[in-house]
Amino acid sequence: MLVSVLNGLAIGFLLFILAVGLSIVFGMMDVLNLAHGALFLGGAYLGAAFSGSWGGFLAALGIAAVGGLLAGAVLSLMTAPLRRRSHLDQALLTLGVAFVVAELLILAFGDDPLSAAAPPALDGSVTVLGAVYPTYRLVLIGVGAVLAVAVYLVVERTRVGALVRATVADRDMVAAIGIDNRLVTTAVFAVGSLLATTAGVLGGPIYGARPGLDATVLILALVVVVIGGLGSVRGALVGALIIGQVDTLGRMLLPELASFVLFAALALVLVLRPQGLFGGPAAVGAR
Amino acid sequence: MTAVQAPAVPGGAAAVTPRAPRGRAWIVTVAVVAVLAAVPLFLAPFATTTLTRILVFALFAVSLDLLVGVTGLPSLGHAAYFGAGAYAAGWVSIHLTAQAPVPLLVGAGVGALAAALTGWIAVRSSGVFFLMLTLAIGEVVQQLGNTWESVTGGANGLTGIPSVRVAGAPLANAGFTYWYVLAVFLIGFALVWLVARSPFGAALRGIRDNEPRMRAIGYPTSLYKYAVFVLAGGVAGVAGSLLAAQARFVALPDMGFVTAAFALLAVVIGGAGSLWGACLGAALVILVRDALGPSLGGHGTLVLGAVFVLVVYLLPRGAAGVRLPRGRSS
Repeated sequence: MLVSVLNGLAIGFLLFILAVGLSIVFGMMDVLNLAHGALFLGGAYLGAAFSGSWGGFLAALGIAAVGGLLAGAVLSLMTAPLRRRSHLDQALLTLGVAFVVAELLILAFGDDPLSAAAPPALDGSVTVLGAVYPTYRLVLIGVGAVLAVAVYLVVERTRVGALVRATVADRDMVAAIGIDNRLVTTAVFAVGSLLATTAGVLGGPIYGARPGLDATVLILALVVVVIGGLGSVRGALVGALIIGQVDTLGRMLLPELASFVLFAALALVLVLRPQGLFGGPAAVGAR
Repeated sequence: MTAVQAPAVPGGAAAVTPRAPRGRAWIVTVAVVAVLAAVPLFLAPFATTTLTRILVFALFAVSLDLLVGVTGLPSLGHAAYFGAGAYAAGWVSIHLTAQAPVPLLVGAGVGALAAALTGWIAVRSSGVFFLMLTLAIGEVVQQLGNTWESVTGGANGLTGIPSVRVAGAPLANAGFTYWYVLAVFLIGFALVWLVARSPFGAALRGIRDNEPRMRAIGYPTSLYKYAVFVLAGGVAGVAGSLLAAQARFVALPDMGFVTAAFALLAVVIGGAGSLWGACLGAALVILVRDALGPSLGGHGTLVLGAVFVLVVYLLPRGAAGVRLPRGRSS
């Protein structure tokens, strides 16, 4: 039971790191970035390719961070010309990008699933309240919690964060008071993508890296975002922790029906609170 | 033209009804059908099989176009109903009978049933939210296919599906299978075309263009969306039964994310709302994936992804928008 709760926490924080970028980019620019899963997969492959030593792990993190920033900036520039068109066109564009990226990753790393070992000294297990538990997942919980607090503080307590929230609320008004919101949106897209690739490296020792993983994590992130409410950091955190627990408990208690448990949680939230737990009233139905 | 009918979305209502004068449209239709019917007489079996695959995928794309183009509901989970129909038709063919209309009707029924069971939650939303929810639903249905091994064969797929039997005799070769698929495709296409042109279809386009207004003038829009979702699921199930008849093998990827995304790509390439455009898009997708893909080392997806990106930039109204330029003054 304790192991399950801890697993849920580890996956929950990982999902938060992944989903928060998706959520803010959507809340801010109305761009549903379907390439988010492919970015995660890119990080996962990097982590797998460099796994086995601390140097490799940190190098993978660094490359993933820079690559994520660049990829996010490029994606932001690619979707900019479509801003006057429907949001569906932007989503379709990112879907095309997702296919291209995923195929390029398969070309580079091959079809076979790769596994990533945790860095040395973290690949063992420790005893937590009488239960044996992998050290890496405990560290992941800690790192995830720190990242979550950091993102929360930046968005809710700093000037930059206020700018981001203001852009989510009313993009044109931010532009009207003399701030170049293209810069804000590009930066947020870049940082969101950085978080996705970082989550990929961090999640490597848990999920590994394989073709198709991009769709799996994209769907988990979307469920988190829908449950938490779009554009809300707090929503993404709560949604991720809920989904982490629900998914882990579901897999343990009803392994045959785990995906239905997830779907049931989604349905329940949507029936009771269509805009998500922390979403604004205008969320559902908006295009 | 009243405001409700005026298309607010690119690739609008007029794309469904042919622009050409009625007589010429009929002549073109009859000619196309005649050529399609004659194909197995002068094409090699491999080309016939490829064309059969195109027809299967085209019917699937047409059913998706009913959602995406006509109703304005972009779905990324439609392959779930395609796959459900394929598994159901295959299972019935193996365990009960492969006599002609039975696998077809079972595929349609199971496709519609799966859509009815899952659609009620999706139609509560619209736009990109619909995209997200259908994506999640599609994944859940695929998981079910993976878990329910006794029926679906799990990761190995459903193998050993017998040929469809028409009037007691099995369809012996690629040509007969092609004719069977062509006949069902034409019926399915006509059905979707009629629905799109009916008052019901007009109401669906009204929902696409302005759902709050349709609700305000008294249409139960959620019910309409649910109805078309179930109908599209049923037609996708029929297409699935054709897949089982043609490939005689059904696997999990047939109901997965990639298949659903390719169908959406076909609809977008063709121009959402144009049923024949969806067929052209399906042809392109299948040709790249199955005919060109092997020579690219199985990386047809790479090409299709790039095509997707290009189409979004260059052809906002798809192939149908190129053929029929609309003089929009706004």
